[in-house]
Amino acid sequence: MLIPHFLKAYESQMLGKGPVSTGKILVVVQLSGGNDGLNTVIPYRNDIYYRERPTIAIRPEKVLQLNDEIGLHPAMEPLKALYDDGLLTVINNVGYPNPDRSHFRSMDIWQTASDSNKYVNTGWVGRYLDAACAGKAQQPYRTIEVDDTLSLAMKGSELNGLAVLEPKKLYNQTRSSLITGLSKVNRTGHDAHQPESVAYLYKTLAATVSSADYVYEKVNRTSQPISPVPAGTILAAYPSNELGNRLKTVAQLIQAGVDTSVYYVSISGFDTHINQPGQQERLLGQYAEAVGAFMTDLKTAGRQNDVLMMTFSEFGRRVKQNASNGTDHGTANNVFLIGGGLPARRVLNEAPDLTKLTDGDLTYSVDFRQIYATLLHDYLGADDVAILGRKFDGVKIV
Amino acid sequence: MDKLTRQQQTRHLFARAAFGATPAELEEASRKPLRKVVRQLLKDSETTAELRVVEPEENQTRKQLKGLVRDGQLEKDRVKKLIRDNAEKVRNLNLLWIDRMATGNGALREKMALFWHGHFACRAQGRNPLFTQQYANTLRQNALGKFSDLLMAVSKEPAMLQFLNNQQNRKNAPNENFAREVMELFTLGRGNYSEHDIKEAARAFTGWQFTPEGQFVFRERVHDEDEKTIFGKTGSFKGEDVIAMLLENRQTARFVTAKVYRFFVNENEDKKRVDELADQFYKSGYDITDLMERILSADWFYDSKNIGAHIKSPVELLVGLRHTLGVRFDQPQPQIFVQRTLGQLLFYPPNVAGWPGGKNWIDSSSLLFRMQLPSYVLKAADVLVRPKEDGDVNIQLLARKGNAKFRTTVDWADFEKTFANTPDARLTDALAVTLLPFPLRPDQRTILESQLKPGQTPSERIRTLTAAIMSLPDYQLT
Repeated sequence: MLIPHFLKAYESQMLGKGPVSTGKILVVVQLSGGNDGLNTVIPYRNDIYYRERPTIAIRPEKVLQLNDEIGLHPAMEPLKALYDDGLLTVINNVGYPNPDRSHFRSMDIWQTASDSNKYVNTGWVGRYLDAACAGKAQQPYRTIEVDDTLSLAMKGSELNGLAVLEPKKLYNQTRSSLITGLSKVNRTGHDAHQPESVAYLYKTLAATVSSADYVYEKVNRTSQPISPVPAGTILAAYPSNELGNRLKTVAQLIQAGVDTSVYYVSISGFDTHINQPGQQERLLGQYAEAVGAFMTDLKTAGRQNDVLMMTFSEFGRRVKQNASNGTDHGTANNVFLIGGGLPARRVLNEAPDLTKLTDGDLTYSVDFRQIYATLLHDYLGADDVAILGRKFDGVKIV
Repeated sequence: MDKLTRQQQTRHLFARAAFGATPAELEEASRKPLRKVVRQLLKDSETTAELRVVEPEENQTRKQLKGLVRDGQLEKDRVKKLIRDNAEKVRNLNLLWIDRMATGNGALREKMALFWHGHFACRAQGRNPLFTQQYANTLRQNALGKFSDLLMAVSKEPAMLQFLNNQQNRKNAPNENFAREVMELFTLGRGNYSEHDIKEAARAFTGWQFTPEGQFVFRERVHDEDEKTIFGKTGSFKGEDVIAMLLENRQTARFVTAKVYRFFVNENEDKKRVDELADQFYKSGYDITDLMERILSADWFYDSKNIGAHIKSPVELLVGLRHTLGVRFDQPQPQIFVQRTLGQLLFYPPNVAGWPGGKNWIDSSSLLFRMQLPSYVLKAADVLVRPKEDGDVNIQLLARKGNAKFRTTVDWADFEKTFANTPDARLTDALAVTLLPFPLRPDQRTILESQLKPGQTPSERIRTLTAAIMSLPDYQLT
């Protein structure tokens, strides 16, 4: 018997199968290249830190103090302001067992949420999408990466998220007569004579074209000025850099009411082997400014408690600086959580212990998957065990 | 589509055992018995011409360069340039291999080597072009030989030993990475060995090292000579003994055959067929040519359920398009751009498990890009997409200006010859039969023909329709 999609969806909700949406939004910001966490959240009273980093350490008087142990890099004033506003949570010493120091591999591990000796072809956000759409209409736009191409993090086993750098650009790409025409060719049904790959491709095409259409229409409608301060108006001044542009797009989509629970954004350049200070200062400044503007926007719209931003990097860097005024690949690192209505103003756990290093690297005490589990379960109301493959103890952020 | 025509069968053979065929190649081969065509494909692949972008004596590793700077023999700026040159050579190696695949000479060998590149996945490290070149040639030279020789040779490649940290695997300080991946990914597969086997095998592989010049060396002083117990056998084993034990285990034949089947025949494994093939593979002493000839000559290989069941990898897509239309890139860089954007950059597989393949190639953005690729290649259309920077400096060095400036020369004259006498009404279908795994459906044909403009010459019609057919989702399949 044929059951319409919406009925199926209704049924699975009733049976408690589908996750109950909390209406909350998660924004993941990925710092690619391995951001030096020790020069981002600085243990400014630690002698070992200054001893190991004679030329690149941040002087104590420059540090933006969070408490009497640690403080932020001076380029991150807007982030310090968020902290003072009670919107920033810092988690120290985040990592995973048997860390890998290759960028690509470690990023894989963070994106797939796999153990470091396993290879997984799906990402944690993708599996969240699988779960969120199970038994319902396929809606790739439920998870959006603001980029031209899609990261492994966004790929599920049934569904993939949508990559949208700019709604209009994606929309235009799907508007050629050939592509719109083909998206309507009905090849998505079961056909004994054709391999399932055919249906898969045509389904993906149809979903892409309709998602591009949906997102574009939503944004277009809300950006038409209808009152002096319409809901979709961007009030904050975003820095004109890549991250600024991308977070601005996220803000637009959120305010347009696009039905998306997870946004994914990345910024690269953190691989600071040589002459780190200038490069990192520039990048952290861009990051803090963009995030500051984004949160200002959300506050203006009264949405700062519905949107939680998580920032991570694939690894931190070695405690000891290298001979080129830089740092080499390390392991554990800090993670920022911003907004989301979390309890105000805090540093969640102990600062890195520089006397207890593992092979010259920080020792992790929080598995990053504990953070994912908490975000999935407590914040997005999803089945963390199904998505992560096993139970991870949550971190106490809520 | 129950019974395939001879042309469809031939098309399927070239699609899987090579990178597709030109209309002329198809026409000619369709007149011969299939078995004969299979043997011809094997014969064309009997010899290997080396890929060479760097001479062993001119190669300088990053480490050596840094050493020279320390000793004051080289200026820093010059070193930077040399490191960039090294990255450039890996890029040139990539492009040279793509060229070889696309020309069609020895296509089966190149296709097989591409398969082995995914199986023995190894990422270029430290921008050492010589190691990468040797690794690529080892795959290509042994691609159709004995799997036992291939396994031993590739395991001893400096690129692989470096990638899997065997240089750090020493007596009293074993590193298990190499031993683990050899069992998990190269031979037995998960669940067919114990953690104890890995620990002990790692000890046997201690001393397997390489010189900066790219020579394998066995360093006795870091080798653990004590007894090891592996797969229930005890002895003071060396690396070669472990490889021999792995080959003796029938599970290796099973594991490798299944992977070959999924790549060349169908992602959905037919257990009975794979068991039979694995049995013969084992009995033949791991003869890859024998295995391939059995597969390509089998009736079931041409079953309709296998036709179009394979999603082309980005390299298969790019190379296939080049081969079919005789495309030459005036500037080669866009070919790197395509590989990066679609997620298959030669010599940079995501990890030691290789490219996952199949549906993993396709998402909304990659599908849109694939559908627009013919416009980029054939019409020099503007490209607005940019691949991600993934933080790997080696890859950043491959990216450069002119990334997305597609300027190509297409051998239309040769392609069009086959269709010179095809009446207009039949042209769309005639093209589709050579370019697609399935016949066109009426609604597809209508959309394709709506791309034609009034007053086009026959040649223009062929070009318009070809570009449109190559933009179909169906063209992603083979």
